[in-house]
Amino acid sequence: MPEAVPLARVLVPSMTAPRPRLAPIDASRDALVHITGLEKIYDTKDGETIHALKNVNLDIGSSEFISVVGPSGCGKTTLLKILAGILARSSGEVTMHGRSLTGPSREIGVVFQAPVLLPWRTVLQNVMVPVEVQKRDRAEFKERARGLLAMVGLAGFESKYPGELSGGMQQRVGICRALVHDPSFLLMDEPFGALDAMTREQMNEELQRIWTESRKTVLLVTHSIPEAVYLADRVVVMTPRPGRIVDVVPVDLPRPRTLAMHNTPEFGRFVARIRAHFNSAGSLDA
Amino acid sequence: MNRSHPSARFANIVLLQILTFCLFVGGWEAIVRGFGISKIVLPAPSAIAVAFTDGLLSGDFGWHLAVTMYEILAGFAVGALSGLLLGFVIALVPLAQRILYPYVVAFQTVPKVAIAPIIVIWFGYGVSSKIVITATIAFFPLLANTIMGLRAAPHDQIEMLLSYTASPWQVFTMVRLKQALPYIFVGLDVAIVLSVIGAIVGEFVGAKAGLGYLILQKNFNLDMAGTFAILIILSVIGVGLHALIGGVQRRVVFWMDTAGERVTGA
Repeated sequence: MPEAVPLARVLVPSMTAPRPRLAPIDASRDALVHITGLEKIYDTKDGETIHALKNVNLDIGSSEFISVVGPSGCGKTTLLKILAGILARSSGEVTMHGRSLTGPSREIGVVFQAPVLLPWRTVLQNVMVPVEVQKRDRAEFKERARGLLAMVGLAGFESKYPGELSGGMQQRVGICRALVHDPSFLLMDEPFGALDAMTREQMNEELQRIWTESRKTVLLVTHSIPEAVYLADRVVVMTPRPGRIVDVVPVDLPRPRTLAMHNTPEFGRFVARIRAHFNSAGSLDA
Repeated sequence: MNRSHPSARFANIVLLQILTFCLFVGGWEAIVRGFGISKIVLPAPSAIAVAFTDGLLSGDFGWHLAVTMYEILAGFAVGALSGLLLGFVIALVPLAQRILYPYVVAFQTVPKVAIAPIIVIWFGYGVSSKIVITATIAFFPLLANTIMGLRAAPHDQIEMLLSYTASPWQVFTMVRLKQALPYIFVGLDVAIVLSVIGAIVGEFVGAKAGLGYLILQKNFNLDMAGTFAILIILSVIGVGLHALIGGVQRRVVFWMDTAGERVTGA
């Protein structure tokens, strides 16, 4: 992989000096996002109603890394889409910076399950999509986009087309696109689900590095409990029918975390505590 | 596993195609000569070749070819453009879809050959009636493919743009228009081949010039070799126009794999 440029240099000029990591939680004081009494009810075609989200309450602190785990159908993707502003909530309140969130926000970057790159645009043009949509200064952000691509090891690939890239590379382009407009809140919907185990671990390490350097607030939706524990300050555990939060697990493992930590007893205890919820709910697929 | 170089394999296929053609023409020539088949039933390839070169050299074909080409291209342009425009309206205005589309489909179910005589009466024996007939035939492939193409944008691409605060207009220009292009090219390809048929049908119904008119004239004079010579010109026109659209398509819709040959018969 080509040499990576420290993200701090390309991301936020004022943040070149690493700040001490905030203690996890204490979200009530420095909260970026408040979610209170959030409900989502779908009507199906046969007249049934599905309670996708029931009374979800969560405060997300600034620069906090939140993982959301749960089996299929627990509403975790629904939660993410509501936060991204592309799905309307049925009731409840979501605020960001104290303002009610009613639609997509320029402050948010989203990484999807599939890379969702536009095949007629080059890698660089794909990364620039949010900049064009939001009519920001192209010349200024083009440099930033190049820096981001270099950071994820894609320097030299700027004028390739997505079809020429591997799945892992495409997903990295998707991550650059989510970061290019310097959002304060990064939403990730099972971004590594389609990757093989080796690439996935590598991407987890990379994501931890990106987060450490950029201090973004991150909400990561995932199927994988070890991935959730490895990355998060807090793991939000959800169960289905109706989708609700059953536990919030603070992970106080020291940072930076290494892949070797997966084998420590502390790591195992976090994983076991989270897995216990799914065993009790009779759902083992996580 | 085939280890031969792709270009060598391609050369082999071309060689086989030429061989097949020679066998076919040679067999045809042998049968006509061997069984003494009358030239007013089936002319020999050699007779067709003579008629072809005679027609070209005497300038007999030139004028008629120009007339027919003009009818094909003008009719194609009018029909394709109106199909494209109405396709945009129907795809983007739901009310227009409800009001107009049933009539459009009803119009399409009427065989254009059946209304060709009416159009000749309305627009006369000149080129304008042929252009109108060709346009009515070229219209529908563009209409149907434009509507389908503008609705073909994958939901996840639209959601991705919306999540970055894109407006409906930005979604239209950045994704829906691009995703419609491959469909529009399928429509253009079908329409250009049908346009050749439209112009000839129009000339059959009543004309003063053109290759279709010439076919009727030669048929009337039992000049079968001449008729076959014109058929060769017509298929060269069809293949040439099809290839032209394909070439433009490969440049414009460069991100798609080249679509396989489509059946466009009518």
